[in-house]
Amino acid sequence: MAEKQSEIRYLTPINIEIKKDKYCRFQKSGIKYLDFKDPNFLLKFVNEQGKILPRRITGTSLKYQRKVTQAVKRARHLALMPYVGDMLK
Amino acid sequence: MFYLFALKSKEKAYICAQFQLFKIMNRYETVFILTPVLSEAQTKEAGSKFEKILKDGKAKIINSEFWGMRKLAYPIQKKSTGFYQLVEFEASGDVIEKLELAFRRDERILRFLTVKLDKHAVAYAEKRVRLLADKA
Repeated sequence: MAEKQSEIRYLTPINIEIKKDKYCRFQKSGIKYLDFKDPNFLLKFVNEQGKILPRRITGTSLKYQRKVTQAVKRARHLALMPYVGDMLK
Repeated sequence: MFYLFALKSKEKAYICAQFQLFKIMNRYETVFILTPVLSEAQTKEAGSKFEKILKDGKAKIINSEFWGMRKLAYPIQKKSTGFYQLVEFEASGDVIEKLELAFRRDERILRFLTVKLDKHAVAYAEKRVRLLADKA
């Protein structure tokens, strides 16, 4: 189909953000158990203050998000991770 | 008696508990924190005390790790460090009660956590032990 070029032209190409597909890293890499004894790994699922990040940001599936929360909470109880932190990353 | 084999594990557990046929063994993992004021001999003594409680309850100790002095993420009882110890064992549920009671009574314990391991956790724990053994 021969279409007319649009009237509006841009000097610099406008950048449209391409949405990256989120995926559950546990399902992708086949991790079945989250260890509460490994605070360095759990640090990926909390923000700078030590709050647990929501699923909509990390992309974790519900099944594993429940395990993440449980592991983080256990690590906090054993003082491996802080309840309230500052500049964790 | 033969009906037992046809049942699902949960139903089997219930029936065994009802008639006390035999005790079901579960895998557990306990991490506890000792006060940093103890000397090295005292920490060992405390560790062996709790292992003795487990052995009295006919538990099988599978793995025991001493992590040494570690910094706590936040102060507990005004202490900022502690000795961590991990014990993995196989026992029936009533041992846990005795163990946790002993933990609560002991002043040297800052914190403790006992977790039952499911099949994935058991696989993970075994892999972890193997990796640690390779490193050492």
